[in-house]
Amino acid sequence: MNDSTHDASNRGLSNLDLETPEKPYLDSNELIINMGPQHPATHGVLRVILKLDGEKVLGTECVIGYLHRGVEKIAENRTYTMFNPYVDRMDYVAAVSNGLGYCEAVEKLMNVEAPARAKYIRVILTELNRIASHQLWLGTHALDIGAMTPLFYTFRDREEILKIFERYCGARLTTHAFRIGGCQYETYAGFEKDVKNFLTFVAPKIDEYEELLTTNRIWIERTRNVGVISAADAISLGVTGPVLRASGVKWDLRKAQPYAAYSEFNFDIPTGTNGDTYDRYLVRMAEMRQSLRIIEQAVNGIPEGPIMAKVPKIIKPPVGEIYHSIEAPKGELGYFIVSDGSTQPYRLRVRPPSFVNLQALDTMVRGLLVADVVAVIGTIDIVLGEVDR
Amino acid sequence: MPNFIMSYLGIKDAVTPGAAGSQFWALIYVFIIFAGVSVAVMAMNWLERKALAHFQIRLGPMRVGPHGLLQPIADAIKLMLKEDIIPAEADQFVFWVAPLIGLLAAFTVYTVIPFGPSQAVSDMNIGILFMLGVSSLGVLGIVVAGWASNSHYPLIGALRSSAQMVSYEVAMGLAVVSAILMTSLNTAGTGTLSMIGIVQAQQQQGVWFIFKFFPLGLIAFGIFAIAMIAETNRAPFDMAEAESELTAGYHTEYSGLRWSLFMLAEYAAMIAVSSIAVALWLGGWMRPFPNLLNAPAWDFIFSLFPALTFFGLAAIAIIGVVRMPAHSFFKIQRIGLAAFAAVLGFIALLLLVIAVAGRSADGSVAARFREGIDYVYWFVFKVAVFMYLFIWYRATWPRYRFDQLMKIGWKVMLPISLVVLIATAIVGVLVS
Repeated sequence: MNDSTHDASNRGLSNLDLETPEKPYLDSNELIINMGPQHPATHGVLRVILKLDGEKVLGTECVIGYLHRGVEKIAENRTYTMFNPYVDRMDYVAAVSNGLGYCEAVEKLMNVEAPARAKYIRVILTELNRIASHQLWLGTHALDIGAMTPLFYTFRDREEILKIFERYCGARLTTHAFRIGGCQYETYAGFEKDVKNFLTFVAPKIDEYEELLTTNRIWIERTRNVGVISAADAISLGVTGPVLRASGVKWDLRKAQPYAAYSEFNFDIPTGTNGDTYDRYLVRMAEMRQSLRIIEQAVNGIPEGPIMAKVPKIIKPPVGEIYHSIEAPKGELGYFIVSDGSTQPYRLRVRPPSFVNLQALDTMVRGLLVADVVAVIGTIDIVLGEVDR
Repeated sequence: MPNFIMSYLGIKDAVTPGAAGSQFWALIYVFIIFAGVSVAVMAMNWLERKALAHFQIRLGPMRVGPHGLLQPIADAIKLMLKEDIIPAEADQFVFWVAPLIGLLAAFTVYTVIPFGPSQAVSDMNIGILFMLGVSSLGVLGIVVAGWASNSHYPLIGALRSSAQMVSYEVAMGLAVVSAILMTSLNTAGTGTLSMIGIVQAQQQQGVWFIFKFFPLGLIAFGIFAIAMIAETNRAPFDMAEAESELTAGYHTEYSGLRWSLFMLAEYAAMIAVSSIAVALWLGGWMRPFPNLLNAPAWDFIFSLFPALTFFGLAAIAIIGVVRMPAHSFFKIQRIGLAAFAAVLGFIALLLLVIAVAGRSADGSVAARFREGIDYVYWFVFKVAVFMYLFIWYRATWPRYRFDQLMKIGWKVMLPISLVVLIATAIVGVLVS
């Protein structure tokens, strides 16, 4: 084994122009510190190598892969049905979205369409999951910036969503809620009532979070003009999701290329103007409210009918390839599947929003302080399970 | 009884043992204060976790003892039994001595804290100066700890902390000076730096300095109240130990007993600075409205407060006993809490008896005892309010960034405190 290619620290340091024999360690004025992989603010096992001048960040290098499980390779050795639960383990705080993207991609490949009722159920659950994901983001992001209390409020309210998931499919996080061709389970008795109760329950709670933070002087000072990314930069880096929208780009796949039943609902795409951490916060808060709107329309208009399309027991898509992407809570989640006509994908590639958005970290934190790095990592909203796969 | 014990008790005027030259009683007071502060830190530890938990819709410690009452003791035992780790790369001696510096600085301050006109170890004529000087030595412990750890995060934490403490000390000092200026507003025009003297000046002028020259006193107090949070490294100015950024700041490499010494020093310092604020602006040991409600009946009513407080605490404990689930699993907890309630109730009864027996201010032993309890009670009560505020801040606010903190310190607080100081001086001259 060649050491240099596998030693992550070497790889990181080379880009940062570090100690060379001519520049001995003690004489250098720059400080290299390792943030992570075991660090309270890196949301799992992200390792960021920071090059600091005092507290000012001169450059960063992300070292990822600590949570790599080879999900894409596993897909090549599983049938399409067997692989379905694996996608839940990527972005485990928004497992429903992952499942939706995968199921729709395979359906598109097979040229099957889920029935209307299944689509509505999918929308309701996915939007609930979006709220859950944003709540978790808000709690941890606020905790990173030093506000402890919102975390517990968001977890309290997220619990209600997880209860609905549990009643629907028996699992709370890695739900495996959807099947290729529709949904396996019919909604349980009282599902609609539960969802409606949740809507009335959570709306004032979102106000409560906003009360704690939106006009909080310290919160504004810590987030405004921090981690600014321009729309042009964001687009060229491939950033999607709330991070892109906060820079003022009105791009949401639910509107741009509607999937599931999204074309049937009225909702707005909240956008920001400055592309800073505060705007991203506001965008996500507004998105939660928009999700509530979508869920309300969906649960009121949910049609009767079958929940499964006619799908053969053994799924054997025709030879071909497909790219299908959905708007996951963190951005564009895409699945690229190459089928050789067998029961297993020839190749499956995931375009994870967290991974792509994380690449903007360096652009966003250069010139800021250490404390801002933490805030920016939080605001990008990464899940390492999805970054590393 | 030997003379060195009885001599101090025989003194009719209210003076501190330090002023009376009784080293024996000074030592006794030191022990009482050391034990009291240690217990207060433990209680504060429990209260903080409990109050913070209730802010955050949690229960907090519930397992060790009824409602987690024994949790601080369990923690203390755990920390003492932990392996004593000194990192191989650390500067061994400095690493060892750093927590002691912090602890020493935090506890030395208590020698001049006036719990009452004679309830202090000593009454130095440079009391407040001594206090500020010694309490700012605490930063030395932090810097040294960060340096000796020989590690990046502690080093950054220590640097942040020292910069922060040094810059906030300036605004803090100026705010203190404006309070000291107010003490000189008597006929003789003599001010004082003595802590007891400052409280007595408020007594003579018939007003707490927080309300003096409204709003000047209030602003000075506000500056001090903000600066003291920064000084003690508490939220929202806790970037020295910002968990999400620097893992644990300057004490990242510390564990076990050494770590607990840092915590002890931090909490002791919190109580100490709160005591300064209480003594300088909130009338120290004086009860509320001593000049408005000055009839003997009011004296008696206010002297009932200590007993009522303990009755209240006992009542809360009894409610806890009643609400405890009937399951046999909770039997020991129930007995324990009932015993705790009984102890609290007994203390309350004792205080009630003293309050009733010593209600006439005739200089009898009971009356002097009652007065002493009143002084200490009101002082501790006011400090406790500050302690609660410390917890409340922590639950409510995000953390400031380091440069923002420095900006506030130098560009906002310092000019304001200067203006307040000058205005206080001008108004003081005009008034007298």
